[in-house]
Order: sequence, then C-alpha cells, then structure tokens
Amino acid sequence: MTDAATTAPPPTSTGIAAPVARGVAGQRSLFDREILRYAFGEAFKKLDPRVQVKNPVMCIVLIGTVVTLAESIAHPTLFSWSITAWLFLTVLFANFAEAMAEGRGRAQADTLRRMRSETEARRLRSDGVEERVAAADLARGDLVVCEVGDLIPSDGDIVEGVASVDESAITGESAPVIRESGGDRSAVTGGTKVLSDRIVVRITAERGKTFMDRMIALVEGASRQKTPNEIALTILLSVLTIVFLPVVVVLRPFGHYAGATVSIVVLVSLLVCLIPTTIGALLSAIGIAGMDRLVQRNVLAMSGRAVEAAGDVQTLLLDKTGTITLGNRMASAFHPVGGHREEEVADAAQLASLADETPEGRSVVVLAKERFGIRERELTAGHEFVPFSATTRMSGLDVDGRQIRKGAAEAVRRWVTEQGGTPPEGLDQVVDGIARQGSTPLVVADGPEVLGVIELKDVVKTGIRERFAEMRAAGIRTVMITGDNPLTAAAIAQEAGVDDFLAEATPEAKLELIRAEQEGGRLVAMTGDGTNDAPALAQADVGVAMNTGTTAAKEAGNMVDLDSNPTKLITIVEIGKQLLITRGSLTTFSIANDIAKYFAIIPALFVATYPQLKTLNIMGLHSPTSAVLSAVIFNALVIVALIPLALRGVRWRPSGAQAILRRNVLVYGVGGIIVPFAGIKLIDLFLTAVHWY
Amino acid sequence: MALALTIVALVALTAIAWRFLGAYMVAVYQTRVHFLGFVERPIYRLIGTSPDREQTWKRYATSLLVFSGVFLLVDYLIFRIQGSLPLNPQHLGAVPPALSWNTAVSFVTNTNWQNYAGETTMSYFSQMGALMVQQFVSAAVGIAVAIALVRGFARKGSTTIGNFWVDTVRGCLYVLFPIAFVFGIVFVGQGAVQTLAGPAHVKDVLNGVTQVIALGPVGFMEAIKQLGTNGGGFFNANGAHPFENPTGLTNLLSMVLILCIPVALTYVFGKMVGALRQGVAVLAAMTLIFGAWTAFTAYAEHQGNPAVAAAGITHQPTGNMEGKEVRFGDTQSALYDVTSTQTSTGSVDGSNDSYTPIGGFGLLTGMMLGEVSPGGVGSGLYTILLFAIIAVFIGGLMIGRTPEYLGKKIQAREVKLAGFGILVMPITVLVLAGIAVSIHAGRAGALNGGPHGFSEILYAFTSQANNNGSAFAGLTGNHAFYNVTGGIAMLMGRFAIIVPTLALAGALAAKNLVPVSAGTFRTDNTMFVGLLIGAILIVGGLTFFPAVALGPIVEQLSRGKFFGLALPHLAGLVHWRLLLP
Repeated sequence: MTDAATTAPPPTSTGIAAPVARGVAGQRSLFDREILRYAFGEAFKKLDPRVQVKNPVMCIVLIGTVVTLAESIAHPTLFSWSITAWLFLTVLFANFAEAMAEGRGRAQADTLRRMRSETEARRLRSDGVEERVAAADLARGDLVVCEVGDLIPSDGDIVEGVASVDESAITGESAPVIRESGGDRSAVTGGTKVLSDRIVVRITAERGKTFMDRMIALVEGASRQKTPNEIALTILLSVLTIVFLPVVVVLRPFGHYAGATVSIVVLVSLLVCLIPTTIGALLSAIGIAGMDRLVQRNVLAMSGRAVEAAGDVQTLLLDKTGTITLGNRMASAFHPVGGHREEEVADAAQLASLADETPEGRSVVVLAKERFGIRERELTAGHEFVPFSATTRMSGLDVDGRQIRKGAAEAVRRWVTEQGGTPPEGLDQVVDGIARQGSTPLVVADGPEVLGVIELKDVVKTGIRERFAEMRAAGIRTVMITGDNPLTAAAIAQEAGVDDFLAEATPEAKLELIRAEQEGGRLVAMTGDGTNDAPALAQADVGVAMNTGTTAAKEAGNMVDLDSNPTKLITIVEIGKQLLITRGSLTTFSIANDIAKYFAIIPALFVATYPQLKTLNIMGLHSPTSAVLSAVIFNALVIVALIPLALRGVRWRPSGAQAILRRNVLVYGVGGIIVPFAGIKLIDLFLTAVHWY
Repeated sequence: MALALTIVALVALTAIAWRFLGAYMVAVYQTRVHFLGFVERPIYRLIGTSPDREQTWKRYATSLLVFSGVFLLVDYLIFRIQGSLPLNPQHLGAVPPALSWNTAVSFVTNTNWQNYAGETTMSYFSQMGALMVQQFVSAAVGIAVAIALVRGFARKGSTTIGNFWVDTVRGCLYVLFPIAFVFGIVFVGQGAVQTLAGPAHVKDVLNGVTQVIALGPVGFMEAIKQLGTNGGGFFNANGAHPFENPTGLTNLLSMVLILCIPVALTYVFGKMVGALRQGVAVLAAMTLIFGAWTAFTAYAEHQGNPAVAAAGITHQPTGNMEGKEVRFGDTQSALYDVTSTQTSTGSVDGSNDSYTPIGGFGLLTGMMLGEVSPGGVGSGLYTILLFAIIAVFIGGLMIGRTPEYLGKKIQAREVKLAGFGILVMPITVLVLAGIAVSIHAGRAGALNGGPHGFSEILYAFTSQANNNGSAFAGLTGNHAFYNVTGGIAMLMGRFAIIVPTLALAGALAAKNLVPVSAGTFRTDNTMFVGLLIGAILIVGGLTFFPAVALGPIVEQLSRGKFFGLALPHLAGLVHWRLLLP
C-alpha cells in the first residue's frame, strides 16, 4: 500500500473501465469462423417469404429475382441469367448480413445455456422441514436453502444469512461478492454459486423468467422488435421503394412511345439498383449489432428502444460515489490548529488510525507516511483500540496514557470539553473551510488538546472532467446526484466539472428531477441499485440498474450493467449514438449511390433508340449489357463490403453536432456519390477484361 | 443591362415584401389585426364559427375539403349555365362538361391550367364570379394550410391547429384583397383594360372588315392572378398580351406580386416558430434553387435557337426569340417564366413550347422539384417543409440522435405523412404520363412527335400535378382525355398533399418540444440549407431523371452538346452573359 489512490481499481485514461471481454461478452472476433458458418446456413434459411416480407426493400428484390428468373427461363441469355444470379446474391447477402449480426449473440446464448445446468433446490416447507425439488418446480415466494457449493436455483432475495457468492457465470468477474439479507445487497441470481455460509432465499422469479433466461433471450435476440426509429426509417425506405416502382414501370410505355423495347430484366435491374437496398439489407444487422456492442461491454439492454433512447439522452444523472469520485474519501492534508505542528497532527492521526481498517483510516496512515516518513507502528498489547460507534462518532487509540481520538468536529469538540479542555480558536474556521471545499474534516485530539484536522477528500476520478467537457460539447448535461450537503456537493461538482448537482438527494427528489427534465422535453439516463431507486429507474428514459443491486431495481430499469460500474452510462450513450449514426450514414450512402447507377443504366436502356444518349455514359462503360450488369454487381457487393461497418458501427467522437454532421455528410454523402462511379467502372473493366461481354 | 436592373429591382422589392408583408401576415394570422372586423364578424356568423373556436387537424381538413368541394360544384354550374347568366355581352354559350370540370378543378386547386381561350369561352360573369373568386379563395386556402403547419411546429401539446374558416377569411380580407386592389389600380393605370362593356369593334375601312378586339375586366384580375400564384389570365396569350401585361413595369410588378407571398411566408414561419433564422434557412434554399434555375434557363435561351443555328445562322445576338414577346426579349422572358413555373403560378409571357430544349428543361424541372422555390402561396412553404422533414430525418440520424426539427421529434408518423406528401406528385405525373403515351387519345394530343411531343405530354401533367398551370403549349389539352386526367392530376397534386400536411400539423402540434443543445441538429445554418437543397434535388432528380432524359435531354443532345460553348467557357461566361445581355 504505497499510494492512497491505488486502493480503488485504477481508472483508465478515459475514466471508464476498459472493456474487458468477460461474462456474457464473448471472446469472439467479428468474423469468427463459427459465426461465419452459422451465417452461411442462415442466409439460405432466411429466404423464407415469411421472413422476407418483414423487410419491404429486400422483399422487392426477391420478387424481382423471381421475375428475372421467369424471364431467363423464357428467353435464356447469358445476360439475363447473370442478372438473375446477382439479384439472388443480393438477397442472400442481405440475409447473410443479418445472420452475421445475430450469430455472435446466438453463440453466446449457447454458451450461457450450457452453463445453466438443471439444478435441484432445497425447498423449505412452512413447517421448517427441507425437501428436495427440481428447480423447475419452484414457484414465486418459495423459500430455499443454499449452502457452500450449492448453485442458487433461481432468482430471489436473501431473507436470512450472509454468504459470499460467485457470480462469474453472469458477470464473468471471478472475485466473489457478499450477499446478505436486508438492504440493497440481498438479491441473488439463479445460476450463481454460494461459496461460503448458509442463506435462505425467497424466490422472486417464475420458471422461465429468471434473469438468466431473460439474459439468454436478450443476447440471442429472440424477442427482438423493431424500435421506433427503425420503424420510421423502414417507412422512409418503403417510401423510397414505392416511388421507384412507377418510375421504372412507366419506362416501358415511355420507351415504347420513343420506339424502344425495354427489356424486363433491365427494368428489374434498374429498380433494384434504385431502391435503397444497401441500407435495407443492413438495417436490422445495425440494430442487432448495436445491442451486441452493449453486451460486449457487459450491459444487457432489455429492449432496442432503450439503446436508441440512449443516443437521445440530454441529461445524465450520475451518482457521485463510484461514478464521479473514487468511492472512498482519502486523507489529503493535515491542518494543525492551536500552535501545533503539522507533523504532530500527522503522527497522532496515524496512531489513531492504526487499527482502523476502513479505506479512510488506511489513507490517513499512508498520508502520514508519505508526508513525514512516519512509519506505520505495530500494534502491541499496550495499544488499546477504541472502535467507532454511532454514539461517540469517534475512533482512536489509547496508548502510553495518551488518549488519541479522531472524529466528526462536533463529537471531538464535545469530547475535548468533557476532558476539561477548550477547543482552540480558529478550529471552526479550518473545519468550515475544509467543508466548503467539498472535503470532510476529521478533528484529531490528544486528550483535552485539539491538535488539528485531517482533511478527507473525495477523490475525483482522473479524466472524468475531460469526459464531462466532451459530453457538454455533445449537448449532454451532466447532473451529479449526492447525499452530501449542498456546500460539499457544490465543491465536488465544481471540481468534476458537472453542469449541475442534486445535493442531499432523496429518492423522491431524484424522481422529481427526472420528471422535471422530461417535462422540458429532455431524455434522462441514470444508474441505480437500491430498491428506493426503482421508481426513478422506471421513470428515466434509460435506467441502468447495477447487477449488484436489488431485484426491484433490476426490474425497474431497462438495462442492467453486469459490471455494476456506474461510469458505464457514458459508454451506453455513446453506443446509442453510434447506432443512430450508422443508420443515418448508410441511408445517405445508399441514396447517394443512385446517381451513378442512373448514369450507368439510363444510357444503356435507350442508347439503341437515341444514340445521342451515349453522352450520358460518362463512365465510358463498355456496352449496355456490361453497364447494367456492372451496376447490379456493384449494388450486391457493396452490401458485403459494408457488413463490417454495419457490425462495428460508424465511429462517434464526442464533439458538436455540426462537426459530426460535416464529417458524415462528406464521407457517406459525397463519398456515396463518388464511390459507385469508380466501383461500377472497375467492375465493367473487369467484365470486359475477362471477355464476359 | 435591362436584366441586371430587373434582377436588382426584383430582389430589393421582394426583400421588402419579405420583411414587412411577412411581419404583417404574422399579425394577421395571430389575429392581432382587426381593422376589417365589421366585415369579418358577419362572415363568421354566417358560417357559424368564431375566431375563438379552434379545430383539430381532422376538422380543419374536413372544413377545407367541404369548402373546396362546394366551390368546385358551384363553378362547374356557372360554366354550364353561363349563357343564362348576366354579364355576357358576347353571348357565349355553355362551356362543355369535360372542359367545365377541368376548369373548375383547375381554379379550385389554385392551378389555373387553361384548356380554353378565356376571351372566347368565358363570359365576364364566369371570369369574375367563378375564376377570379377562386383566385382569391384558393390562394387563401393554400396560405391557411401553410399557417396550420407552422402552428404545428410552434405549438406544444396542443390538439388544435387553428380554425380553417378564420384563416381563410382573414387571408382574403387582410392580405389578398388590399394588395390586389392597390396593384389592380396600378395595372389599370399602366394600361391593362378594365371594362364590362364588351369587346371593341374596330372597322378597318381600308379592307372593309370589322375587327373584334376582346376587352374585359382584366386589370384587377391580373393583380390577383399573380399575387395568388394563380396564373390564369383573362386572355389566352396570358402575360404576353399587352392588355394583361402592358409595360415593363407591370412585367416587373407581376414577378414581385408572384414572389411576395411565398417569400414572405418564410418570414412568417421563422417568426411563428420563434427563430427567424429558421425561416431564413428555408428562404436561402428556395433562393439558391431559384437563382440556379434562372441562370440556367436564361443562359440556355440567350445562347440562341439550336434549330436556327443548324440552319446556318450561328450569330443570334438576341438569343432564342421564337415564341418570345419582343417587348421582353430572351432573358427577361426566361426570368419571368422561371418565376412563374417555380411558384406554381403558371402565367407566362412567352411560349414555353418554343424554348430551346434545354431552356424548356429548366422550366419543366423547376416544377418537378415540387414547386418549392419558392412555390405557390402556402403550398411552397408547406411542401418545402415536407422535404425539410425528410432532410432532417436522414441528417439528424447522422449526428447520433433520433431526428428532430424545430424541437419536434420526427418519428414514424411524421416520416409517413411527409413521405406520402412528397410521393404523390411524382407518382401522379409519371403514371398519368405513362397512360397518356400508351393510348391513342393521349398520343393524339401532342402537336409534335418524338422527344418534343413526349416533353409536351410530360409537361402537361407535371404542370397540373404541381398546380402550376403553365402550359408547354403544343399539346391540345381540350380533349375529354386530357380534361379528365388533368383534373385528376390537379386534385391529387392539391388535396392528396394538403390532407397529409394537415395531419402532420396535428401530429406535430401534439408533441412536446425538445430543447436545443449543442447536440441538436441545427436547421438554421449553411449545412442544413445544403442538405435541404440536396433532398429536393435528389428526390426530384431520382424520380424524373429517366423521363426527362427521354424528353428535353435527348432532344437537346440531338442538336449537339447541352450548351454551344465548352464547359470551361461556360463557367467564365455565365454571369457576364446574364448581367450584360
């Protein structure tokens, strides 16, 4: 123990725990062999019309394929068969993309299923006698006994006892956690293992609805529903599909009027090229991959709607402890009073803290050693430790006739007066000054003599200030929630750089704050773990429950963080934004692509009738057939090429909306116009080079 | 220099209209202006409504449809029985049924497509009692819809979007009547005729014949024809006729009248949503499109007639003068006709059919963009706002938020309604044009064959579905087929867009407002203007590119390049040529 700050897990440079793959988070790469195999198979299974009909854009492509197939059988040419093949591949590629996104979840769900072994439960009858029943037969409200080595049969709350529990099956975290009856640490999860002691659990979940069951269903995407924004986007894509139907269909009479015979195969090709197949093929993959990215960071979202809402969040309610500060207060300075030297204070403070095993106590010992080289002394028989009690609100040590005490200012002041001493002038000033800075003062006394004050500081996480500045730039307001008094809260808020704070927060005040924000049209995200957080978690648009929290909290929220790291909220917001950006960017790209396709296909369609239209063949494509085929091939291949982007998501960097927009319009809008010109030309060159045409 | 001066005057006068007419209209529609209360109140009593009684979007839409339906019927009857009605000095007989239907629809929908020659078909009573009345009320209806949509954006958690009767009455009384009255006097002063005495009979003693000079109540009709972006003139020759458009001043004022309300509505929009910049952004998008199309068309006309050039006359210093009024010339006419085609007005001061293919392309495509630059009275604003919703939806996603416009979340319902509103026009045009070229009755109407004939048909349906009303001429529209299908196109282009627009207004009004933050998608800056223009051009371009390629593009390409000059020259010359014709 050399550095006080290291008593807490080291924060990364961003203030966020590094996304270590564990728990539900699989170790698989994006293109794991097993997933690829699954996706290949699934691509064909998804040809089922009942699946296809859910995606209006790709459904049109499938119908188009059937039409060209019929045309190819009736009038077989190399061209018509090539087009038919590539249209079919377009559908397969879309299915493949979706299957790729699902694959990872499926594989992880399988792993979880293997872990969830059928267990026997020791049910406690009302007469106090234990009976052995299958876990499957447990009902809500049953009491079960779990002892060392037992798997907890289902979700529940501990009603009796304390135990250390291995929750690695769910969180991947191997260090055991303490679970005890009463309070906010009473929830246990089915499938986790009791490592010590004996507990009695009241079952709170019905069969098939346990946390593990829900987790498997979520990871697998079994009950995936389209989210509101996905529905809106699907409507837009349908609009863009519907409008191109007459555009293409009337080309036949228009062509006829001009004296041209327009082939059905070419018309279908044009239609498929014009409708937004790229985004249509990747849309569901983007959504699934977004949920999956959360899972990779050990966050379970109960619905895609919550992930989407995360991108929209304008107000983040962050608990001070654990999110903004390192959770424990650390001694940061010794303030002597009444003419004493700082070293005297340090020495006495260290002595008073020798037996104090709380992180705060340890930090006093460490600070004294750091500042003045005061070695940590061994406790011997002559030392008598005076533990902290709620009545004295002090702790300390009796040694060599000295009575050294440290404690809250009021308590020590009273004690000193009782000992016949007088608190020195200036003590109040020092104590108030420390409190004003957001720190906690602990007064140190040696008998009737007040030596000085220890300043216990809430240590703000490194990098968190910058993080909040980024959030602000992205238009997200951060509000710190703390039970501290307003003075302390203001100081910490200032240091951490949050926009606002709620001091002396009660669950009611929290709920009120969320309602007020929502009334003003803002979406609110928060974390919580206690039962009294449940109403607020339910009210928030994004309510992230800590896995260590109570069942009530987990049920109220719409996400569960298996790592129980409240800082994760920021990551969740980022993933939500990334999801939306990916949708928007690929839609833009898809629409922008149409321009090049027109320049490929329209001259090809009518150049025989109007030779002057060859001027529009600005790509200089070899022949009408190679032009049409190149456009169709490009249209199919671009789906495959964009699968990695759809699965990984377009990068989101916290900056103002304008900068993000400019970048994405440039890359996906302007890029979307240029890329297909090059792509179609290259494919045409290839087709010509291999003498396909 | 004439064109440069015209443009400067046009910009200056329109800017004044934007600021002051805009502010006045805000006051009118927020019912803060009452000087005509003595006329207004009895009208409300007659209708049985009150300015305090607001309507849901459904009530609003129903009122609008009933109102328009009744007028459709009344106008049809007037045309059918005009022979028995007064004010008919020429003793004109009943208008045939199909033509009556087409004309009634045309004026109720603010289209003013004219399959008839006014001076030889319509009695003075029909002109004034049916046509001119519609030029007021259909314009007021259009503005009312735009105002209702703007209220949808401006309100929060509201179930109502205003009162249709009040909006329409106030639009007529406070905006259209006063302005049309003042400018009617100016037009008459400039030489536009205004009489009920019937045509003048001029004896040509030398040749021993009597010539009939058609006259009528033209001057005041002219003012509302332009102000309401109606476009239906008294005479067949429309704005090229010296009795309608007697001087250079009336030509300029016509353009100002056409542009003033559509442009001022962007001010109204900005003010009513509480951020003038929002209105400026929309205006900027309108102006940029308008400017680009004017430059394009004027340059196309100024470079001369390719057919004349092909005949060996390469030097055409006055540009393409075929079908142009000599009083206005090539570029002035181009400016006027672009103004007219991009505002759903449709009045012309030259023959659009005689434009160079690429100049005609400018007029045609200007309409194909959906009449949003700046569009018709009211319809321009509400249509461009539909495009804005689509632009915001895609652009908004790209910043990582579910999209919102002016604090309103754009969700499934809004996308559906805006998408529907935008779809109606291209689908109507393409399907009807597809039918027309497929059947004999349709093909027979076109004057020319080949690509030019195709352009004529395409233009007719584009003009009608956009409620523009300008004709490419050439096409003989007064056939049962074109009268009926044209009527359908006009009804679709008007009411199939108005109803979803009002539904949208209702959906938006009910929503809460999301406050602006640094993470908000800004809709009042250059980037948004670019995206909005992009959305308009892409939707228009993607839907009409194949059709246009088969019409004007192929026709122009058969004469060589798009422009006679190579592109590098073009870039350098465009503005000089424009400013110094």
